[in-house]
Amino acid sequence: MNASARHDAVVIGAGHNGLVCAAYLAKAGRRVLVLEAGESVGGCAVSGEIHPGYTVSTCAHILHLLHPGVIADLRLKRHGLALSAPDLATLALLPDGEHLLLSSEVQATRDSISRFSRRDAERLPGFRARLERFAGALRPFLMATPPRLANGTWRDRWTLIRLGIAIRRLGRTDMRELLRIVGICSADLVEDVFESDVLKGVLAFDSVLGSFLGPRSPSSAFNLLYRAAGESDGRRGALSHPKGGMGAVTAALAAAAKSFGVEVRTAAPVAKVAIEDTVATGVVLESGEEIAARTVVSNADPRRTFLDLVGPDQLDTDFVRRVRHIRMDGATAKVNLALDGLPDLGGSGPHMANARLLIAPGVDYIEHAFDDAKYGAFSAEPAMEITIPSLHDPSLVPEGGHVMSIMVQFAPYRLRDGGWAAHREAFGDHVLKTLAAYMPDLSGRILARQVVTPDDLERDFRVSGGHWHHGELILNQLFMLRPVPRFAQYRTPIDNLYLCGAGAHPGGGIMGAAGRNAAREIMRDWSR
Amino acid sequence: MSEAITSDFLMKTPFHARTAPLCLSGKWGRWAGYSSVDCFYSVTEEYFAVRTAASLFDMSPMIKYRVTGRDAARFVNRLITRDIGACPPGHGLYVCWCDGDGKLIEDGTVFRLAENDFQINTAEHNFCWFEDTALGLDVTIADVSEEFAALALQGPLSRLVLERLGLTGIEAMPYFGLAWFTLDEAPLLVSRTGFTGDLGYELWIEPGRAEMLWDRLMAAGKDYRLTPIGAAALEMVRIEAGLIEIGFDYIGAEAALRESRKRSPYELGLGWLVDLKKSYFVGKRALAEEKRRGGPRWRLVGLEIEGNKPAIESFIYRGRTEVGHVTSAMWSPTLKKNIAIAVLEAPYATPKADLWAEIWHPRELEIRKINAPCRVVRRPFYDPPRRKA
Ligand SMILES: Cc1cc2nc3c(=O)[nH]c(=O)nc-3n(C[C@H](O)[C@H](O)[C@H](O)COP(=O)(O)OP(=O)(O)OC[C@H]3O[C@@H](n4cnc5c(N)ncnc54)[C@H](O)[C@@H]3O)c2cc1C
Repeated sequence: MNASARHDAVVIGAGHNGLVCAAYLAKAGRRVLVLEAGESVGGCAVSGEIHPGYTVSTCAHILHLLHPGVIADLRLKRHGLALSAPDLATLALLPDGEHLLLSSEVQATRDSISRFSRRDAERLPGFRARLERFAGALRPFLMATPPRLANGTWRDRWTLIRLGIAIRRLGRTDMRELLRIVGICSADLVEDVFESDVLKGVLAFDSVLGSFLGPRSPSSAFNLLYRAAGESDGRRGALSHPKGGMGAVTAALAAAAKSFGVEVRTAAPVAKVAIEDTVATGVVLESGEEIAARTVVSNADPRRTFLDLVGPDQLDTDFVRRVRHIRMDGATAKVNLALDGLPDLGGSGPHMANARLLIAPGVDYIEHAFDDAKYGAFSAEPAMEITIPSLHDPSLVPEGGHVMSIMVQFAPYRLRDGGWAAHREAFGDHVLKTLAAYMPDLSGRILARQVVTPDDLERDFRVSGGHWHHGELILNQLFMLRPVPRFAQYRTPIDNLYLCGAGAHPGGGIMGAAGRNAAREIMRDWSR
Repeated sequence: MSEAITSDFLMKTPFHARTAPLCLSGKWGRWAGYSSVDCFYSVTEEYFAVRTAASLFDMSPMIKYRVTGRDAARFVNRLITRDIGACPPGHGLYVCWCDGDGKLIEDGTVFRLAENDFQINTAEHNFCWFEDTALGLDVTIADVSEEFAALALQGPLSRLVLERLGLTGIEAMPYFGLAWFTLDEAPLLVSRTGFTGDLGYELWIEPGRAEMLWDRLMAAGKDYRLTPIGAAALEMVRIEAGLIEIGFDYIGAEAALRESRKRSPYELGLGWLVDLKKSYFVGKRALAEEKRRGGPRWRLVGLEIEGNKPAIESFIYRGRTEVGHVTSAMWSPTLKKNIAIAVLEAPYATPKADLWAEIWHPRELEIRKINAPCRVVRRPFYDPPRRKA
């Protein structure tokens, strides 16, 4: 242990998880320094100006997972966290101008689905309720440290027992159903229950959003559970817009962290974790500056942390193999637009104000989009999630203007035929061309366009592979297996080096769980 | 199997044309995809050639890797548990390498041909492990197994054979030294290494000149009773020498299916190969931890057993408790002793322990059970000063 160090902990990266972790450690009275490579804090949770006066969430745009405990513990509301739209509906657009509206208004939702299928309208509430029961059983484990299997302590065993009890307490029928669906593909899950393409498309879209999976890929159903386990300001499963864009969330986090005494330095890329005889003793910045610390915490993804910042010289071959084999090729891209006015949405226009829009008209549509990506091309007809946050947050735009934030599935990290540099703008054009079928006047309204591909995410946000979750959220990379088996407790093979980012349990999304869990484990070790 | 196995199912070593006519017993074995002579005519005669004269063993099937590049030394040091810094160019080192749990993958020899040029000799294929261990380093790893024919020339008279062959300066070569010669215009690498525990050398030459080397050696060794030997005789001398063999005394960590079958260097008596003071190497963390906890559960030891019935695959008991088992065993004709290599639970791995071996001995198709007292002794069982002199 590095007793002479001025810092109890140095956190590499000021993504939301790094900030959460730092804030918790500082709140407990520790001296914490956060080093962020970028010009500003936030990682993938940032807002950016894409045209003078037009601000939009650069990557993540919908807040639906941020843990209520984190909000309360860190007093984020006092530090500026506010929602401009607390409960977004989902408006699925169809090329013929038709639409489906799903919201927390039960009757309206039922009516909307009935236009496609009465059976589906009747079955959705039961389906959602069951998903919510499953999510309820799993929710506490988002905030738990995964157990170790071999050499476990009573605490590890207790976590496993609790998981067993939680699942068993669902009752026989639900338990069977949970065990049945947890590894299957979402297409099977929704096709078992529903008949209308449009509703199945919506559910299938949410099951693959952020992942490099199609609705017919094994394990895709799990993502629905993960999303359902999320809460937005106490509302389970609700989708919200933070006021000021996603950057405002991390700005609030940074303010909270600073209020507890955390020091944050931006434009301070870390080159190496300093290691003496298998123990981390601090970090070395790219500038050459050395900073000693008792503990080093990495918010960077596992591959970057281990292969670049630690380096294979300090690691075992089998461990390095496992790290290299983490599936973490991203397939989600973002297109952000500054608009001189609202596009015409035809009949569905009136509902747009409080909704996210989906272009996902069926399971097959999404699976076809995935097929392209599977073989290294971006989707000929991509599936999309679109938000227009300026509709309820005038602070983002000048009078009359709007910003549109488009999440695009799929845009594979490993693009064949020349890579992203050669195809980035063509991809942007292609997205707009697909959208033209739904919003014919859109292209005439564009003042500026920003395209963020997985390649850009890797370069500008330092996420290896540009993956939303810093590593695919699939069964073999979850819980005790995340990021790699035997190191799922935020600890690493290097003593005094911890992980606190999305690559650790429970995964990505603006949730704060990994950061908070890591802080708990670090303090546990400190008090030993 | 639908296709007939043809006679060239196994590969032939570069010495095959010389060894095959001499293999009167017809006893061949398989070794890394090659036909390898198990015994030419008499195991006993071949054994005594190693211990009293000079022997020639075709070790061409040995797997050989060449490691070159700016970071070659760094790679080797990341791989092995010993410090390669202690091995200057022109020398070899007996080494082992482990997985991340500190369990032995294999033991073998490393030749440092030049500062950043190495040859690693192994019994098993290690290419993937080596490549993966080299991540981020500027090294080239090549399997050069087929680029060298190799002979082990071992026994008290082996030096004289090489002198007679005309390799001037051979007498000055140190134990584990390397030296380059030219024989009939072919480059010849000689290493003072071996698997017999005796004075001996290993000779490495391009396959096209293998028969020339064989012929020249046999001619030079005529007056020294130079005798070709097979794997069976070699097995005897390596047990006497107390050397361990993968697949017999331990299972490589990459090959073992059961976690409990993997062994650390400390368990195999190879603790002297582990340098915890050098920079990080694969398995260091686990090995340091094992050492900190007072060492492993198992210990590999030498045993001397009463009687003359080899304790092959015997269980070892203390009182009525089973405390280990034999991995290699033989009657040693030179020592006139019944010896074995065994794995024992650590508390019993001491000369003070009161142990006995349960030996199942076949006698004209009838199996007899013998309970033979035994005790832990120092390895190597047989270690003449000439080995290193
Ligand atoms: C395109 C896209 C859209 C998304 N949309 C949503 C969404 O709508 N809703 C949602 O909830 N989630 C969304 N996500 C997921 C979510 O954004 C991420 O899972 C989450 O931001 C991860 O947070 P993090 O703090 O773990 O890591 P990150 O946000 O990736 O932060 C890691 C930080 O570490 C820094 N860093 C890395 N290496 C170094 C170094 N060597 N030195 C110093 N600093 C370093 C990086 O610069 C970065 O700031 C989206 C993700 C992507 C990629």
